[in-house]
Amino acid sequence: MTFPLETAANPEKLKRVAIEPLSRVEGHGKVTLLLDDDNRVHQARLHIVEFRGFEKFIQGRPYWEVPVLVQRLCGICPVSHHLAASKAMDLLVGAKHLTPTAEKLRRLMHLGQILQSHALHFFHLASPDLLFGFDSEVAKRNVVGVAAAFPDVAKRGVLLRKYGQEVIRITAGKRIHGTGAIPGGVNKNLNPEEREYLRRDLAQMIAWSRDAVNLIKRVYTERPEFHNGFGHFRSSFMSLARDDGALDLYHGGLRARDEHGQIIFDHVDYGHYWDYIHEEVKTWSYMKFPFIRSRGKEQGWYRVGPLARMNNCDFIPTPLADAERREFLAFGGGAARQANLAYHWARMIEMLHAAEGIAGLLDDDDLMGTDLVTRGEKALRGVGVIEAPRGTLIHHYRINEDDQVVRANLIVSTTHNNQAMNEAVRQVAMQYLDGRNLTEGLLNHIEVAIRAYDPCLSCATHALGKMPLEVELVDGAGRQIDCLAKDGDSSCAA
Amino acid sequence: MSGNAISIDGVAVAFEPGQTIMQAAEAAGVYIPHLCHHPEFAPHGSCKLCTVKVNGRNGASCTVGAQPGMVVENNTAELNDGRRALTQMLFVEGNHFCPFCERSGNCQLQAVAYFLNMTSPHFEHFYPPREVDASHPEVLLDRNRCILCELCVRASREVDGKNVFGIAGRGIQARLVVNSHSGRLGDTGLAATDKAVQVCPVGAIIRKGTAFRVPVGKRLYDQAPISEVGTHVTGQGHGKT
Repeated sequence: MTFPLETAANPEKLKRVAIEPLSRVEGHGKVTLLLDDDNRVHQARLHIVEFRGFEKFIQGRPYWEVPVLVQRLCGICPVSHHLAASKAMDLLVGAKHLTPTAEKLRRLMHLGQILQSHALHFFHLASPDLLFGFDSEVAKRNVVGVAAAFPDVAKRGVLLRKYGQEVIRITAGKRIHGTGAIPGGVNKNLNPEEREYLRRDLAQMIAWSRDAVNLIKRVYTERPEFHNGFGHFRSSFMSLARDDGALDLYHGGLRARDEHGQIIFDHVDYGHYWDYIHEEVKTWSYMKFPFIRSRGKEQGWYRVGPLARMNNCDFIPTPLADAERREFLAFGGGAARQANLAYHWARMIEMLHAAEGIAGLLDDDDLMGTDLVTRGEKALRGVGVIEAPRGTLIHHYRINEDDQVVRANLIVSTTHNNQAMNEAVRQVAMQYLDGRNLTEGLLNHIEVAIRAYDPCLSCATHALGKMPLEVELVDGAGRQIDCLAKDGDSSCAA
Repeated sequence: MSGNAISIDGVAVAFEPGQTIMQAAEAAGVYIPHLCHHPEFAPHGSCKLCTVKVNGRNGASCTVGAQPGMVVENNTAELNDGRRALTQMLFVEGNHFCPFCERSGNCQLQAVAYFLNMTSPHFEHFYPPREVDASHPEVLLDRNRCILCELCVRASREVDGKNVFGIAGRGIQARLVVNSHSGRLGDTGLAATDKAVQVCPVGAIIRKGTAFRVPVGKRLYDQAPISEVGTHVTGQGHGKT
């Protein structure tokens, strides 16, 4: 189906403006706008122009390689892919319940990942917009400008990220692309020296995380109408939630709420996610468009990530973050619950939760246990789902009797948000660009809307062989001379 | 230097009659880079990585017998440049993806590359189509990583008495084949405990279910370069050589 402003009726008569490449996001993407002579917007699209293909080229590889291989999808959130794949591999080796040491070590690794990724996004990528203004001087609107104007803020961002990376290094062996999780468990525990090392700076990390929540809260609430209304639209939300409704970033059942906060589904075993989520492909993007099956393509799109998790969970199981969540949800009578820019606020609450959660885990002696791996009856299909920094991450594999991967499907956090980011682009284009002379500052408004979702475009493009494409040959006057189209089922027609 | 001794890079190294230069060097703790050599098997001389200058002329140290008074050059820039080029060729002729290979950190090819300061493949990758044979319940054969050292061929024939492996084809077409009616590993008498499985210096023949059990930081070549720790991998490979 097509949404308003997704496809212009007469594109050949319109002028094209491209924001390329998108800056301060992970990966490569662009936005194209089609405008008429009066600068009225007729089409606005977020295109993902890179192509990865992991789902295809892991076919034939032995399953135990997968958690180490697929984390190479990303240099920012490799732990999320490593753990989602490992959860799927647990099922392949029959490990339905990990040992306490293994599960807690993985949780620690994951919270380190959440902490470093959220710090990276807020301080390095998003803060220049939030601290200087969306149309401030472009030469200073970057992390170097932040370091010059707000050195303490920049320094804390660097050190918070460093701390998260240290948690990952100690649990996975390396800061990026480690090997800590293996099918059925982990390959190391935490020794006393490592525990003391991580405890040393933790109080400071919690304090700085609280400061970060206060910083975004102050920025956001100083101009509530602007921040609530920026590219505003309403949508459903999806995330994992623990059985008791708590925020749980490592494990839980799928929960979705509609745009009014009503439950669509809850406590869903993600091992059958395909009964609830389908994916649509479109000709103009390498990224798929997932939707909630029961609501259809038109109404079924949804958002994931920090804002979805704030809306979906009943509470956060760490006290400081939960207090912040309640304040966030109550703000303006719930006005921020659907706001694009509220993602930043929710993200910092999660960073605080991660710091608190690390503290709780480090007090648990199970982390130093020696029972690391469990095994059971082998299976041929495994689904692993985790709440990655950017949202729900689904890894689904089938293997053959010889242990080789025969099929893989990855639905990555950024992919879930594809429709929402496009909607944000269209709304911002209508709100701020329509009928005006375009400036860099105005175009940055589009990027600000996309940046709120912290998209990882590298992670999100894998549909080798499934992507419908259209190739058009047009003459100088814009008349179509020839056209070749390939459908999603790979059939080709001239 | 007197009696049964040779000079390696200016240092006197004693040898027993019948020893090769490589064997004498190993006994003296002098590292000469190698891949196809294994102290438990007869000299093979195929990888040429152990090439040294013997009295000014090139020779494979694993096949040239030590003779009194030989002057051997080993750790020189010229020889290491040649060894690096050979190693780079091995990388581009196969499909070696260290980032997700379970033998990373315990792989002799990777360790030799580090020792020789190989920072890039230099040559264009061949990306050859190579088959993975996962038909054996306990052993995986990944030909993408095979460097044709023939250690598995020799081990299966000489130690295991099974003759499971062989090399077929010539030149760039050479490939590791399996001696069974189907050509698949699952139809041979190979056992996971066979010497042929343990002796592979790279990740071509690996035991299923053991991947990534050793954390980063604890792997053999995380500890020290191959020149110091040799080639012994717990449960895999052979002693310090």
